[in-house]
Amino acid sequence: MAALGPAQTARTGWPGAPSLGLLVWCVALVVFALLWAYAGTLAPWAQEWPRAWTPRVAATISTFMRWLVDEASFGLFTFIEFTRFLSAMVEAPYRFVLSILSTGFLSGQGSQAVQIAPPVSWAGVIGVFVIAAHAAGGRKLALLAVVCLGFILLFGQWASAMVTLASIVVAVPIGAVGGLLLGIAAVRWRGFERAISPVLDLMQTIPIFAYLVPILFLFGFGPVAAILATIIYAMPPMTRIAIVALRGVAPEIRDLGRMTGCTRRQMTWRVMVPAAMPGLMVGVNQVIMLSLNMVIIASMIGAGGLGFDVLSALRRLDFGAGLEAGVAIVALAVLLDRTSQAFARRTVQRAHADGAGILARHPHLAAGTAVLVASFLAGLVAPPLARWPQAWELSTGTFWSELVRWINVNFFDELEAVKNALLLNVLIPFKRFLLGLPWLGVALLGGVAGWALSGFRLAALVVVLSTLIAVSGLWDQAMTTIYLCGISVVFALMIGVPIGVWSADRPAVWRVVQGVIDTLQTLPSFVYLMPVVMLFRVGDFTAMIAIVAYALAPAIRYTAHGLQQVDPRLIEAGRAAGCTPFQLLVKIRLKLALPEIMLGVNQTIMLALSMLVITALVGTRDLGQEVYIALTKADTGRGIVAGLAVAFIAIIADRLISAGAARARARLGLSAEGGGR
Amino acid sequence: MPDTEAPEAAAKLVCRSVWKFFGPDAERLGKAADAGTLRSDQLAGATAVAAVRDVSLSIREGECFVIMGLSGSGKSTLVRCMSRLVEPSAGEILFDGENLLAASDRRMIEIRRRHMGMVFQNFALLPHLTVLGNVAFPLEVQGVARARREARAMEMIGLVGLSGREHFFPRELSGGQQQRVGIARSLAVEPDLWFLDEPFSALDPLIRREMQDEFMRLQSVLKKTIVFITHDFDEAIRLGDRIAIMKDGAVVQVGTPEEIVLAPATDYVSEFTRNVTRAKVVKVAALSSPADGTTGGDTVGEVSDRATIAEAAPLFGQAGTRLLVKDRDGSIVGVLERERVSAMMMQG
Ligand SMILES: Nc1ncnc2c1ncn2[C@@H]1O[C@H](COP(=O)(O)OP(=O)(O)OP(=O)(O)O)[C@@H](O)[C@H]1O
Ligand SMILES: [Mg+2]
Repeated sequence: MAALGPAQTARTGWPGAPSLGLLVWCVALVVFALLWAYAGTLAPWAQEWPRAWTPRVAATISTFMRWLVDEASFGLFTFIEFTRFLSAMVEAPYRFVLSILSTGFLSGQGSQAVQIAPPVSWAGVIGVFVIAAHAAGGRKLALLAVVCLGFILLFGQWASAMVTLASIVVAVPIGAVGGLLLGIAAVRWRGFERAISPVLDLMQTIPIFAYLVPILFLFGFGPVAAILATIIYAMPPMTRIAIVALRGVAPEIRDLGRMTGCTRRQMTWRVMVPAAMPGLMVGVNQVIMLSLNMVIIASMIGAGGLGFDVLSALRRLDFGAGLEAGVAIVALAVLLDRTSQAFARRTVQRAHADGAGILARHPHLAAGTAVLVASFLAGLVAPPLARWPQAWELSTGTFWSELVRWINVNFFDELEAVKNALLLNVLIPFKRFLLGLPWLGVALLGGVAGWALSGFRLAALVVVLSTLIAVSGLWDQAMTTIYLCGISVVFALMIGVPIGVWSADRPAVWRVVQGVIDTLQTLPSFVYLMPVVMLFRVGDFTAMIAIVAYALAPAIRYTAHGLQQVDPRLIEAGRAAGCTPFQLLVKIRLKLALPEIMLGVNQTIMLALSMLVITALVGTRDLGQEVYIALTKADTGRGIVAGLAVAFIAIIADRLISAGAARARARLGLSAEGGGR
Repeated sequence: MPDTEAPEAAAKLVCRSVWKFFGPDAERLGKAADAGTLRSDQLAGATAVAAVRDVSLSIREGECFVIMGLSGSGKSTLVRCMSRLVEPSAGEILFDGENLLAASDRRMIEIRRRHMGMVFQNFALLPHLTVLGNVAFPLEVQGVARARREARAMEMIGLVGLSGREHFFPRELSGGQQQRVGIARSLAVEPDLWFLDEPFSALDPLIRREMQDEFMRLQSVLKKTIVFITHDFDEAIRLGDRIAIMKDGAVVQVGTPEEIVLAPATDYVSEFTRNVTRAKVVKVAALSSPADGTTGGDTVGEVSDRATIAEAAPLFGQAGTRLLVKDRDGSIVGVLERERVSAMMMQG
């Protein structure tokens, strides 16, 4: 810990800081040990916050929500009118897109509705996607589009997929543009940024379930509520990426804008946004992926489509059907992800064209129009071209269900042995240990860590948030959460970091690994749960495996990225100095990649936390379970309080690790703000 | 500073006691500097960085004024103060007699649109626009009609020798070509005052040399008032009519290349001038002796008083001992002796 000294000295200006840091740690540890040993008998409130002292926050929130819906008014309009307005804003474009992709344009109501125009046929949709993919990424991407959409069509997922696609087509532009506007505002007005940045943090760490409850309450059950939830979920990351991208625009470009006498508006739309486009496109891609991530969860409040198919299969424990719908989501996700990335690359690397006519300059646009018209006409002549006949659909559902059964029959003892060994030797002792800790001591140690890594503000934040958790009466659930996440994250890192290291400098391997982790990340989190439940039945162990599988991707990705980003000149220098490959890895590459890897750890924790509510389905006893119960009972207050507790844990972890990463970066002389420029 | 009123009247841009602080107590220090109560112990104890310290300069109409200094000496900050991209903490900036620091935002936009152009070290080209779009950008911002701005831009592109590449994107060009685009863009609005912040520093030595020649050619045609930043002393004496040398935010000497080479004000300055070939900097006028009655006779030729000694030397031929020195109007102003030239050439 003495190594922390110099930075402390530089920051606070205390000459004796090295010994001070050490001293504080010692005192804290001693106090912690005393609390642990004696709090139970001498000061029970420091061990466990008394139930009688817990304020009735949840009930108050519930009352407030009811008041909001029934009575609140902004003067000109009531709150409920406001939410109806929002619904209408989303509903209109959704109906329109859904008509194009799925229902066709109808005239009249209900069962008397007459179709005045059919939806675009499967052939038309595939044609347009293939052409767009070709325009963005050439022949390979076009082939991918054929494979992905072909799978959806062949396996009978087309109708659901179009419903899902419609909600994504509506949610993504709203989320992306909204996030961009918020980002622009945050960059322009410091005060605004200061106001929204804690909200963004909270939104990114709060589990989706926690705000599904209020959304359900305010907007009712249906696709509109689901799209709103998706937007709320996908907008904060876009805002954040927009802020980073806009801030990352080279100062010279900004100076250029001012020197040419741009007005504020010109500065934003003619200089900053175009110059930040590569970064912004990453954000758009992110919005697409997050929207797809939400597909299943959103179906809990009425989204329909593929998500609903997966959910109902899960409820029936029909593994095969769930898998096919799940894979259809993945196919859609992979296709949209790759296509949007290719478009992003194309805008960045566009080369000049010396074409003349519109046709010559926009061949893909022309081809797309032609395909749409042709598919429409073909659909009139040959009905199978408009609607894929059910008789031609395939299914492998039975096969998968049989496979799981077979494994269960033949490997039951082996699986059980592994599970029990881990449970008895690792999981349960760790859980007991954490649950036995006094909350005051934990808060104190967290505070000292915050102080050492960053300063008093972080220390205060950590202490206040942990105290709030204790006061809310959810301390035990919070500790269970930490236990489950902690173990899962450790396992995810133990598996992920070596894979990242191994694949980082092997381009061929990395391509494969990247494909796998991209797929893992787009797989809806429920999909992980299904096979594990079937093999290990419900319980903490099952939850842990599902979390590890879900949180593995960032551990691999950030490790590999971090290693790949190390300045090749430094590696060259190391090689010139005669380092062996192992020394090179440990002394140079891993060291320099450390900040990036810590970000990966951070991400891993965040993903693990976001999985909690899903693993609640298999009977864990943590905060996720609290939220889940609240959702089924539509108990807004309880859901929000438990959600906030998860968010607090996430914020504490996030701040501590970010501070650590910033420290590591400063020590390595890598500046946080793109020092490369 | 002994800047009298007279030269200021002819000056394009005047800086009076300009300070720029960065850091937490910048504002307090700025106020103190403005009030003239800033003490050196205050500066030493402050946590703020004084990037520009008490700089007073006047840049004359039509001259190429070079600001030279090592990395971190505050050149970029100073030049950004001059165009108010950076708000000076204290002092005054007069542009054509108008106090820039008192100008409203609207007025500043107006001034920058019509009267100032800037070239950046890393080119600052907009990646989403073609060469044509980039060069036309300042005009587009002003709302000039498409046909007119593109015609003007094509003219500028021709001027910097990039015709035929107007539809290329910046990333398809080499560094030297990219900087030509930057130059063309800054000239598109016909600025009266042209800032160049280390325009050639990011280029290879050969390309840099070529771009310097190009720059001199442009300047001989355009005759702009120029503020040129460099950290390369050779570039400074090659291009500058006058040079200001900066160290730690302060200007240590201002003068013509000749003055600086012949009479460096401090050890810091002589550190730069030591390796300079004097004959390439010193002008004939500085070494010529007054013309006496013996015009003609043994003189072997004539030379302009603005030529450098290095240029004059070959004119002596094998055995000539004197050259006639003529000024801009062609009248004889003196003679140049062979011994004085060879003595200077010997010094290196
Ligand atoms: N925005 C800023 N905030 C804090 N300090 C700054 C800022 N801009 C410049 N400085 C400091 O002011 C000093 C002068 O910087 P400036 O960029 O003007 O130097 P320069 O002479 O242009 O150097 P270079 O040749 O590297 O471009 C440096 O010490 C720098 O760290
Ligand atoms: Mg500079």
